[in-house]
Amino acid sequence: MNEGRREIFQIAIVLVAIIFLVKLFFIQVLDSRYADMADSNAILRQVDYPVRGLIKDRNGKLIVYNTPEFKLEVLLKDVKKFDSAKFCRVFELSREELRRKFKEMKARKEFSPYKPTLFLNQLSTTDFARIQDYLDEFPGFYVQARTTRAYTTPALANALGYVSEISKTRLEEDGTNTYKQGDYIGQSGIEAFYEESLRGKRGVSFKLRNVKGIVKGSFKDGAYDTLSIPGHDLVTGVDLDLQQYGEFLMKGKAGSIAAIEPSSGEILALVSGPSYDPNLLTGRQYSSNFKLISSDTNKPLFNRPLMAQYRPGSIFKIAQAMTALQEGVITPETRIRCDRTIIDCHGTHTNEDLRGAITNSCNPYFLGVLRRMLNKGVINDPYKDTRIGLEEWDKHIMSFGFGSPLGIDLPNEKRGLVPTPSTYDAAYHNKPWKFSNIYSIAIGEGENLVVPLQMANFVATIANRGYYFTPHIVRSIGSDGKPLPKYEERHRTTIDSANFTIAIDAMQQVVESGTGIRAKLKDIIVCGKTGTVQNTPNPDHAVFIAFAPRDNPKIAISVYVENMGQGGRAAASIASLMMEKYLLGHTNRPYLEQYVLEGKFLDPK
Amino acid sequence: MKREDNISGTLDWTTIGLYLALVLLGWFNIYAVVYDEGVHQPIFSLTLNSGRQLLFIIASIFIIMGIVILDIRFYEAFAYVLYGLILFLLILVPIIGKEVGGNKAWIGIGSFGVQPSEFAKFVTALAVAKYAGSVGFRMDNLRNQAVLFVIIGLPMALILLQKDTGTALVFIAFVLVFFREGMSPFLMIVGICGATLFILTLLIPNQLYLHASIVGILVLLITLGKKKFKRIAILTVGAIMIMGIIESVDYVITDVLKPHQQNRVKALINPDADPLGFGWNVTQSKIAIGSGGFTGKGFLRGTQTKFDFVPEQSTDFIFCTIGEEHGWIGSLIVIGLFVALLLRVIFIAERQKSRFARVYGYSVVCIIFFHFAINIGMTVGLFPVIGIPLPFFSYGGSSLWGFTILLFILLKLDAHRGQVLQRI
Repeated sequence: MNEGRREIFQIAIVLVAIIFLVKLFFIQVLDSRYADMADSNAILRQVDYPVRGLIKDRNGKLIVYNTPEFKLEVLLKDVKKFDSAKFCRVFELSREELRRKFKEMKARKEFSPYKPTLFLNQLSTTDFARIQDYLDEFPGFYVQARTTRAYTTPALANALGYVSEISKTRLEEDGTNTYKQGDYIGQSGIEAFYEESLRGKRGVSFKLRNVKGIVKGSFKDGAYDTLSIPGHDLVTGVDLDLQQYGEFLMKGKAGSIAAIEPSSGEILALVSGPSYDPNLLTGRQYSSNFKLISSDTNKPLFNRPLMAQYRPGSIFKIAQAMTALQEGVITPETRIRCDRTIIDCHGTHTNEDLRGAITNSCNPYFLGVLRRMLNKGVINDPYKDTRIGLEEWDKHIMSFGFGSPLGIDLPNEKRGLVPTPSTYDAAYHNKPWKFSNIYSIAIGEGENLVVPLQMANFVATIANRGYYFTPHIVRSIGSDGKPLPKYEERHRTTIDSANFTIAIDAMQQVVESGTGIRAKLKDIIVCGKTGTVQNTPNPDHAVFIAFAPRDNPKIAISVYVENMGQGGRAAASIASLMMEKYLLGHTNRPYLEQYVLEGKFLDPK
Repeated sequence: MKREDNISGTLDWTTIGLYLALVLLGWFNIYAVVYDEGVHQPIFSLTLNSGRQLLFIIASIFIIMGIVILDIRFYEAFAYVLYGLILFLLILVPIIGKEVGGNKAWIGIGSFGVQPSEFAKFVTALAVAKYAGSVGFRMDNLRNQAVLFVIIGLPMALILLQKDTGTALVFIAFVLVFFREGMSPFLMIVGICGATLFILTLLIPNQLYLHASIVGILVLLITLGKKKFKRIAILTVGAIMIMGIIESVDYVITDVLKPHQQNRVKALINPDADPLGFGWNVTQSKIAIGSGGFTGKGFLRGTQTKFDFVPEQSTDFIFCTIGEEHGWIGSLIVIGLFVALLLRVIFIAERQKSRFARVYGYSVVCIIFFHFAINIGMTVGLFPVIGIPLPFFSYGGSSLWGFTILLFILLKLDAHRGQVLQRI
């Protein structure tokens, strides 16, 4: 009756063995997940964060440096039951926050209990000192040290930019696997533009550890370990003293100062007012402060020298003059009557030559100049004639760098606008237009738009008598390196050097006896031009461009002060003080400084 | 008939060879578990588990010599005495025993402890064999069957009192022996069906589907078969009983099983639900084995077992070390050795002339097979975690000695199988 039962036993044994071997084949050979999990179990990946490059001024003064900061990571599989009340006290969290943190952490896509996961970020040295003693009571929580940014001065904030944790979208775009969640990345300014130079390269070391997380030695004798490579230091062309002085003068005003060394294109100062203290955008208070700063109606994050587009106003007459000379439609001796029929003028002059017209900023004169340029009569049709003239005019104006981004080493530079035939075609919906439609560009009004940096570059070009180097803020990548190659290229304008001399003579006249008299310096010849940009119904913007000294110029500057009326007052005063400060190392005119700081530039109504 | 006249008989050297292979492989793997690269202790060091296991192995050799020297008649004659003695010890354990790892299963002699439950296996096997081998015993006699169930039930109950569920479950293996000796397979089939149903209930979250499919099968059986009232009634009652079992699963899970046992069942169904909590053992065990690949990481090169990621790695989870360091090939060899041993023991059991020896032989097969299947099954995640050792492999004196005695009594009986026949 027991026939075949022996065979049942034998079959059962072999069957179980086969089931085991098949199952083993699946998890050992076919499924590589387990090997990965074993690695993440036993191999501890320790990131060695590189030190971000420092940022210095042209004299080697430190502007941006690094300060230690700690972050708390958690390896969930090592976490034991802990006293949550004590935990909350030590880490200064509420119970709600603690619960939320754990929930958020587990909800993250890349979360794994076998991998260290970011728990608390941006703990300061003080936080760390408090936490340190209690850490061993909370197994599974580890502190990782890294560095964050710190600033020696509240100046230059908009040019420097800030760093913050990489956003989710940036992280997803990063195809090179350079960044990890929680990493710092430059978000604007120099920090963003030179991110690759500044960030350095992270190192990594692999350690074998046991289940308690105790390191038992290096993995394969450190064959896969790499050291971190610190980021490059950046030396800027900025003169920190000048920069700070500029921000001091701009206090309470909206506008910008851009100062350039003409011989190199290096930016000496780049003031945007109002500004903010970059120290507010570091550490744990980043997000709350960022909200505050970015919602400020004064727009402190708006980098005016690069982003604010204004009409150039009278300073544009210099460009007009040189273009007309180059085209041969006038000579320095050409006189045009100040008839004030189409455009009004100011002062008592009646019939100036070119120099006089610039010194007095004569509107009808430059209207006449533009008419001669745009309507040369090469063709009978006044419409087509204007079009041809405008195209030639554009070529010259654009050669100064107007109408397109200059290419400074900062993000978000605006292009401005130089009207071309297609601009007017679009504006007039392809209906014909001629000189009488577009003449307001003659005096820098109308469709013209420039950013303050372009004006500073323009005046630097005049100082150089016909060429410029693209303005740039970093003069050296690495402590004694070079700027980016494109900043060593010389850009020539279409205007002959000789034509610049006439403009420069006139600009000297402006400062010595014209509208720019407040910019005059003792013993140093300053060449400048005022501008008062219409801004109806609000008060006009004050504009001044200048360079000094006249021979072998050291500084070219553009100043824009919003809603402060005549350029000869607010803007010329600020520009003058800035040039004095830079050329002499100090200022010696307390009355003028007082005048600027008081800020009462407008005539009482 | 010449060989049967030989008084000393011959031991089965094939079995002994397999036994030695398993014991030595086990010893090396225990060393691999405790091996610390930084310290470089030799395998013999008595501060290591491997050193102590060597002592246990040497002691086993003396035990084997004792078994071989002892008169063949002793085992059958003293089967009940030994059985009584072990029951007495098992009663003593909860009173004077010491607690190790949540189980109160140890009796201490000085600093040394033994687990009577490990020895209860071979003693119960002797008792079962003696009763089944007695004159007038009939497997189809319900009274005889009941006595057998009492024989295995008593030690099982006492071990359950020690909260050592794993070892207690091993005694279920005897049911397979009864089956071999002619018991109706009905009980086993019901048992397997019940277990399957239990697992199905856990796997299928909505029990409505189960109920519906049972009703479906019932309707199918009624319409297809003969439409006799008695048959329909039996089928219907059966179906209602099954549905009752399904409904009771939740009750069993939440009210009968202890929380840690519930978790083990849950871990089997879905170890990823809480990989750090109740799923930890299974998850880590699978990671260790799975990371071994085809050929393994090499002897002493395992990171998972060496760095304590796998719990109980010298004892219940020793198979992880093989899987991790020797890969699929290593697993194949170990499983192959067990299969060879089991088939060989079946062969030996079948060639016994006395019922006592044959029943004992099948007890050996079933106990080792049960351990083998449950232990490896749990390390690879096919079975809930039940803490029983891998025979001959796992670290521990009681376990090694228990299995050694179990196996070598059979070899002793086998060596004298001709003599036994003559005596009758």
